[in-house]
Amino acid sequence: MAYFLQQLINGLTLGSIFGLIAIGYTMVYGIIGMVNFAHGDIFMIGGFVTLIAFMVLGLSGITWVPLALLLMLVIAMAFTALHGWAVERLAYRPLRSSGRLAPLISAIGMSIFLQNYVQIMQGARNKAVGQPLISGGITVMESDGFTVQLGYMQIVIVVLTVVLMVGFTLLITGTALGRNQRACEQDMRMARLLGVDVDRTISLTFVMGAALAAVAGMVWLLYYGIIDFYVGFLAGIKAFSAAVLGGIGSLPGAMLGGLLIGLIEVFWSAYFSAEYKDVAAFAVLVLALVFRPTGLLGKPEIEKV
Amino acid sequence: MTAAVAAPLRDPAAPLLDVEHLSMRFGGLVAIDDVSFQARNAQITAIIGPNGAGKTTVFNCLTGFYKPSVGRLTLRTPGGGTYLLEQMEGHRIAQHARVARTFQNIRLFPRMSVLENLIVAQHNKLMRASTYTLTGLFAAKGYVRAERAAVDLARYWLDRIGLSPRADEDAGNLPYGAQRRLEIIRAMCTEPRLLCLDEPAAGLNPRESAELNDLLLFIRDEHKIGVLLIEHDMTVVMKISDHVVVLDYGRKISDGTPAEVRSDPAVVRAYLGEAEEDELPPEVATDLQTIVKA
Repeated sequence: MAYFLQQLINGLTLGSIFGLIAIGYTMVYGIIGMVNFAHGDIFMIGGFVTLIAFMVLGLSGITWVPLALLLMLVIAMAFTALHGWAVERLAYRPLRSSGRLAPLISAIGMSIFLQNYVQIMQGARNKAVGQPLISGGITVMESDGFTVQLGYMQIVIVVLTVVLMVGFTLLITGTALGRNQRACEQDMRMARLLGVDVDRTISLTFVMGAALAAVAGMVWLLYYGIIDFYVGFLAGIKAFSAAVLGGIGSLPGAMLGGLLIGLIEVFWSAYFSAEYKDVAAFAVLVLALVFRPTGLLGKPEIEKV
Repeated sequence: MTAAVAAPLRDPAAPLLDVEHLSMRFGGLVAIDDVSFQARNAQITAIIGPNGAGKTTVFNCLTGFYKPSVGRLTLRTPGGGTYLLEQMEGHRIAQHARVARTFQNIRLFPRMSVLENLIVAQHNKLMRASTYTLTGLFAAKGYVRAERAAVDLARYWLDRIGLSPRADEDAGNLPYGAQRRLEIIRAMCTEPRLLCLDEPAAGLNPRESAELNDLLLFIRDEHKIGVLLIEHDMTVVMKISDHVVVLDYGRKISDGTPAEVRSDPAVVRAYLGEAEEDELPPEVATDLQTIVKA
């Protein structure tokens, strides 16, 4: 029981991170019907920006944890969002009218480019945060000599995710931007005729997705304490699986899918084998695609006649 | 509700749109061949004609979906300005010249509420007021005021078509006739100078068709907007149009009041064919009977 509870805590933490990344996939897919394969690398850049911010803050003597955390959050979101915006502007917008395949290939190219760019700028070796910013935790229960720990960092991750999700939902449902995004998603041409600035709406979608991925990158770095230029690949693919599992195009679906992938991965490594945890996560994706191709919360695509 | 009512013009039926020598060719196919006509403010101008006559092509030229091969499309503003539509991009025509259109198929945002559909159409002024969303997020004063004005205008039109009680439902759940009218008032929420409606009465039952007529007459009489109407349903055309343009094989064959057009031999011939009465498609036969009866 205690062991199970511990895995549940770990799974929810990891799932929150996947969920944050998955939002970016699902939003971009929803609005322009394209899988942004560079999104995982945007997440990785979020981690690296956090690392740099962490070093700079440490050197400048800002060590009060809440302030440092807030500053890192803002810096990571800003710089990563800039990357997200630039990727859309340079690699996708010029190809928007050229079918589905060209932007997809462009996205893969962008992914490789971003990895190499970080590799050259930051080096190929693992980068570690010397000292954890937030350590320790609460002992939830003890039984049979096994201690269930709820780390402070885990609390931060889950709380941050919940806050961002609530804010994000308000943005989508209650503001002009959110309304425009939904309008573009449902009928882009009509939205443009009604005066919606489609290009700006798409740009802001990328910016928002990248900002959320930056938060995921930040908490990933602070949680695991280590990052390298290649981390975005696997995390990105898993978050993409999460988006598909939840129903691509659906925001609650992305969050749910993220949590499920996180839980599956953690429970599989806890009870079966840690080597095959990735296989477990992707096997679930395969099963989802076979038995429920629209995902858990996705709606079937209605053929327009 | 001052915002919704257009400023009264000196001459309510001033010329609004001049179509001059419009031709549209797709490779060797001539879809429109040298068509000229005029539409006026506060009038309903109907474009009719058998299937394939080029009616929708005229609309597509007017709204920037096609670049006309030849011709000039001039939209006049009340202030005396002009827009040359054939030189403008589609979304600029919508935003600057303020030509609004609906399509043959319904193009609502089905998974947005009825009210939201109408507010998206007022996007421009809202975005200006919200300085691009950040202030909207923090509910700044100017944004709240603009949003309230947008909701007021939307409510005004919803009251008009009796959909206020269903404002928060998804637009996709409305009955067909209500969706048609919602599309028209959504176009009206963009505060257009010219409203182009592509077969708005298609598929409506007689009661819905009558409601549509009321709405169009209200738009014409109360808002003094020029309406350009493509329609197959002759009861609609003959009852509410001020002016009818008849196309056949891309050419204009008649132009005048409904009464003039109805008695024009060229029109009867176009609908009948020369001597092939037996081979008439059923919908043309019905149209023809209506014309002759009415």
